[in-house]
Amino acid sequence: MANSISSTGTDSFVGTARSRVDGPAKVTGQAKYAGEFTAIDLAHGYVVSGGIAKGRITAIDSAAAEAVPGVLKVFTHENRPRTAWLDYNYQDAVAPPGSPFRALYDDRIHYSGQPVALVVAEDFGTARYAASLVKVAYEAEEPLTDVERQREFGYEPPKKRGGIKPPPKPWGDADGAFASAPIQLRGDYTLAVEHHNPMEPHASTVVWDGDGAITVYDKIQGVSNSQGYIAGVFGMDKDKVRVLNPYLGGGFGLGLRPQYQLFLAVMAARELERSVRVTLTRDQMFTFGYRPDVRQTISLGADEGGKLRSIKHDALSGTSRFEDYQEVVVNWSAILYGACENVSLDYKLTQIDTYTPADMRAPGAVTGVFALEIAMDELAYATGQDPIAVRLKNYTDRDPTEDKPFGSKALRACYEEGAERFGWSERNPEPRSMRDGKELVGWGMATGVWEALMQKSAAQATLTVDGKLVVGNSTGDIGTGTYTILTQIAADTLGLPMEDVTTKLGDTDLAEAPVAGGSWTAASSGTAVMKACRKIAADVFAMARAMDDSPLANVDLERVVFTGGRIEVAGDPSRSVSLVDAMKAAGIDKVEATESAGPDAGHMKEFSSYTHSAVFAEVKIDEELGQVRLTRIVSAIAAGRIINLKTARSQILGGVVMGIGSALEEESMLDHTVGRFMNHNFGEYHVPVNADIHDIEVIFVEEDDKANPMGVKGLGEIGIVGTAAAIANAVFHATGKRIRDLPITIDKIIG
Amino acid sequence: MLIDSGSPGAPATIGISLTINGEVRELQVAPWTTLLDLLREDLDLTGTKKGCDHGQCGACTVLVNGTRINSCLALAVMKDGAEIVTVEGLAKHAGQDGAMHPLQAAFVERDAFQCGYCTPGQLCSAAGMIAEGHATSREEIREAMSGNICRCGAYTNIVDAIEDVMHAGAAR
Amino acid sequence: MNRFDYVRPTTVEEAVKAIGSAANARFIAGGTNLVDLMKYNVERPERLVDITRLPLEGIEEHEGGLRIGALVTNSTLAYDERIQNRYPLLSSAILAGASGQLRNAATTGGNLNQRTRCYYFYDEATPCNKREPGSGCQAIGGVNRIHAIFGTSENCIATHPSDMCVALAALEAQVRVTGPGGERRIPFAEFHRLPGDTPQYDTTLKADEIVLSVDLPDEGFAGHHTYLKLRDRLSYAFALVSVAALVRLDGNTIGEARFALGGVAHKPWRNAEAEAFLTGKPATRESFEGAAEIVMREAKPQSENGFKIELARRAIIRGLTQAASGTPQSQSDKRIA
Repeated sequence: MANSISSTGTDSFVGTARSRVDGPAKVTGQAKYAGEFTAIDLAHGYVVSGGIAKGRITAIDSAAAEAVPGVLKVFTHENRPRTAWLDYNYQDAVAPPGSPFRALYDDRIHYSGQPVALVVAEDFGTARYAASLVKVAYEAEEPLTDVERQREFGYEPPKKRGGIKPPPKPWGDADGAFASAPIQLRGDYTLAVEHHNPMEPHASTVVWDGDGAITVYDKIQGVSNSQGYIAGVFGMDKDKVRVLNPYLGGGFGLGLRPQYQLFLAVMAARELERSVRVTLTRDQMFTFGYRPDVRQTISLGADEGGKLRSIKHDALSGTSRFEDYQEVVVNWSAILYGACENVSLDYKLTQIDTYTPADMRAPGAVTGVFALEIAMDELAYATGQDPIAVRLKNYTDRDPTEDKPFGSKALRACYEEGAERFGWSERNPEPRSMRDGKELVGWGMATGVWEALMQKSAAQATLTVDGKLVVGNSTGDIGTGTYTILTQIAADTLGLPMEDVTTKLGDTDLAEAPVAGGSWTAASSGTAVMKACRKIAADVFAMARAMDDSPLANVDLERVVFTGGRIEVAGDPSRSVSLVDAMKAAGIDKVEATESAGPDAGHMKEFSSYTHSAVFAEVKIDEELGQVRLTRIVSAIAAGRIINLKTARSQILGGVVMGIGSALEEESMLDHTVGRFMNHNFGEYHVPVNADIHDIEVIFVEEDDKANPMGVKGLGEIGIVGTAAAIANAVFHATGKRIRDLPITIDKIIG
Repeated sequence: MLIDSGSPGAPATIGISLTINGEVRELQVAPWTTLLDLLREDLDLTGTKKGCDHGQCGACTVLVNGTRINSCLALAVMKDGAEIVTVEGLAKHAGQDGAMHPLQAAFVERDAFQCGYCTPGQLCSAAGMIAEGHATSREEIREAMSGNICRCGAYTNIVDAIEDVMHAGAAR
Repeated sequence: MNRFDYVRPTTVEEAVKAIGSAANARFIAGGTNLVDLMKYNVERPERLVDITRLPLEGIEEHEGGLRIGALVTNSTLAYDERIQNRYPLLSSAILAGASGQLRNAATTGGNLNQRTRCYYFYDEATPCNKREPGSGCQAIGGVNRIHAIFGTSENCIATHPSDMCVALAALEAQVRVTGPGGERRIPFAEFHRLPGDTPQYDTTLKADEIVLSVDLPDEGFAGHHTYLKLRDRLSYAFALVSVAALVRLDGNTIGEARFALGGVAHKPWRNAEAEAFLTGKPATRESFEGAAEIVMREAKPQSENGFKIELARRAIIRGLTQAASGTPQSQSDKRIA
């Protein structure tokens, strides 16, 4: 395999299956999450959530709450401390265009569940009790939360969100080509609103360090974003704000932006000049970001053989009244099948009275590709083709949205290897043709696609004279395995055993890295760590060569290898110096390096970079009673080089399970009369449980990519994309019922 | 009457005795303090997690007198006299002081978690489930472990890890 | 969660006295629903009477049947050999509900008294006649796919959430209670009630009464029973529709059939006419369809739960088929028998 990190040409750790280095801390309960750090005199905040979706607060009576012994203060819009007033100061690093929500700012109610007060008390129980005594009176206005009813107000976002490519300009004549196509398919597709629901509720512990300085443990996917936000909102110097988050109990995108509990905790700590923790309840986890409500229409025109002549993909996405949330929903149709000569893609927003949607695992792609890949299945049936064949017929090696070839695209191999493993050739394509006892059996497949991104990241490395290496940066390990893969990369780069390498993450005192999201962390932080370790290698090599009677005298860096804690002349192990000896000889006790890595501009100019997948699903359905059992998934992934086969597989498993949730269970139900998500708890918002999940097989196909020195593309999102479509297509194959409205619950099967 | 905390509304605390991870603790608790909040807020045993606080996710699962329950729905005062085992004491409880409990080791080996937040609850639940002895097949394990939500989706690995331990136990 | 005082009696007499000693006192045992509701401020008791030390934990032979103490946990009950052998329907229904952890804590008496899962009942920010009489019912015309299709009123369309109670309704258990007025036995069908104009009351248990036991009659229909539960995921979810079915066969002829539905009404739903219709009929799909038809005549859909009518009809047919054919539904093998 190309792209080896080790100077020996063969990696010992990268590319193998390794248990998580943070595993022991997590299974013994020693790993601490944001709401679990403590401080002397820690006070506890409890948020009072608003009960209406639109209007204004006419009165807040907090007297009863304040009278409870142990209550320190009840913060409301009437007594909150002053904070910045320009929107700019509230815009975090990944904020969409608009005016970010400001908690307790004034009497306006923008959405249901909005925080209206913060009760701070000596202990959690007192804060919660006192919060129940705060009485809020409102003047309510009629909320509008139904995207469909707001369709006429759809608009193209005037200001584009950074990093989100707007739809490309149309090419050809999609309407005309559709009208004259022998095969014409048009469908409306909806995916229910979903809430991320990481297991750890959002929490911030703000430690008052005195002298205006604070140390903050925040639930965030990248601590530098919280630091910047706090500095902006409260006018603090960044060097007075240290933010840490060594472990994150699930993010899935909800931890990208600082959320209101951070604002409230910092506000209270500054005002009370003492440490404060604010943890949200599970119900309050439904009072900010969510996967948006997007209404899609796809029109496919094709010839009888299934070759596309026209693609039209239109999407109308809900956003809040205050921010233009944007994601890439429709572009995927062109990225996957844009060899078609007539393509028209349209993406519009409309405003509703909810909080701003938030990026949720493969934002936009989950939504757009679920619709597209059901439509492609419909095309396969309309033309009597195998679903894989119809996709291959419309395969493209170029990205027509950028008019560039893909840097690598092993999607054909995904189809082939996935189909082989699944046993796809045994499939009788006729709907309702396969049975197992009382159950109908359905086999369906779909394609997945996600961007392979890199973000500018720094990383630092310190080698000490005891032979131990510490590497790290400020990004977070959100459960993805970042601690482990960075340890592997550092160990291979410097030829050390993994036990001698420690990775530190989630601390603004470390080298700056962006939020962990977009599946870019492995490529970005990984490359930066590799570069920092290479810098250390070069420095230590120079020390080794300068030793008296050095065995490496007159040897160039290119001719040595780093292995077993030593620097060896390549091919001549008898000539070597240990890293420790080299440092000792130089009389120093540590070597430090900080390096940055970013996207390769040259490569980006020439190539488009995406990960791909082929997902195969088997369902067994009791048709009479509408019960769907998902019995088998094969997910074949093309994502460049895999650093850790164990944690990589887990990332795909996780994406697939969340995709199963999308397909069959997850649905946040809005009562449009009151503008409120009603099933705001884990009992009634259904995510998959263990009994729902059977065999999931993950295949990583070989793919050689050159976008970064390691050939890594990222895995956090690709596992979910396409999964829901594969399941919906399997349901069609089983029942002959085409369901374009997810999740596929019992009522839709029997309806 | 065994215990009467006095007039309503008074912030009176009640003395109770709990054995937590093998250690006898004499504690003063308010009647409204849940076992979960007692562990996390008062005793800094934050290994036991709060995921929903309503018995709908299983992250707070602990063993009470050897039985797995949701500590978020148990009032601490009602568990007076009980023996509590949390994730921090799981290894010790199994006589593995110093080393990991076999389930903990299997979870690491099988990568049966990602973010780690549901993990303590999964582990205590699995330990309780094995002790109950009703689940043996993969299917039965899945059903018996359905009270523990893992949003990272590590379910298949969790079942693998539990099976490893159950089979190793059967072999002994 | 509000503040309250706490008493821990050791005898039933003390417990009854304690419950009457405060205006808004509540018994607590497993706590799996009450603590949940207190955290939402739906229940705000002034006094909690911890009854876990009362001697109500046994399962005993009684009048040819079994007497189940109110404090017997769901797990203990479900796995009790006598229950599994003589009343397998009850065991199955319990195991269809909640999770292993919750069943370990939840008690028999508590299960009887658990409250609806209506979203609006749980949400202080919305009106609910059950939580706050007279405030209105937002579920009517709101988000109501989980709500009732039988026995609703213009004041409330909530459902009773228990699985265990659906089985007890079919088994025709009795609930033995005591209070200041002395001991009495309430036939199961009369224990839960319909909402009518007073949806705040779920049961006919008086505020100062305590459940002592659930008494099972001798007939357990061990040979022909099933508990079939349909829900939004395969475990750890409340029923959209469930059916507890019991059949006694004379050859292929139905000697007696009983079935109760869960997830469709404010109480486990039975229909005497439909059950009588089956008596003497052959155990065929046609007979079961006839019975289902009779039941469903009374069904009334809300804006989002019309599917429950068809689902309940089909569930009745399948449930009776499973019971008659002696192939009860497994609660771990999710294939529907």
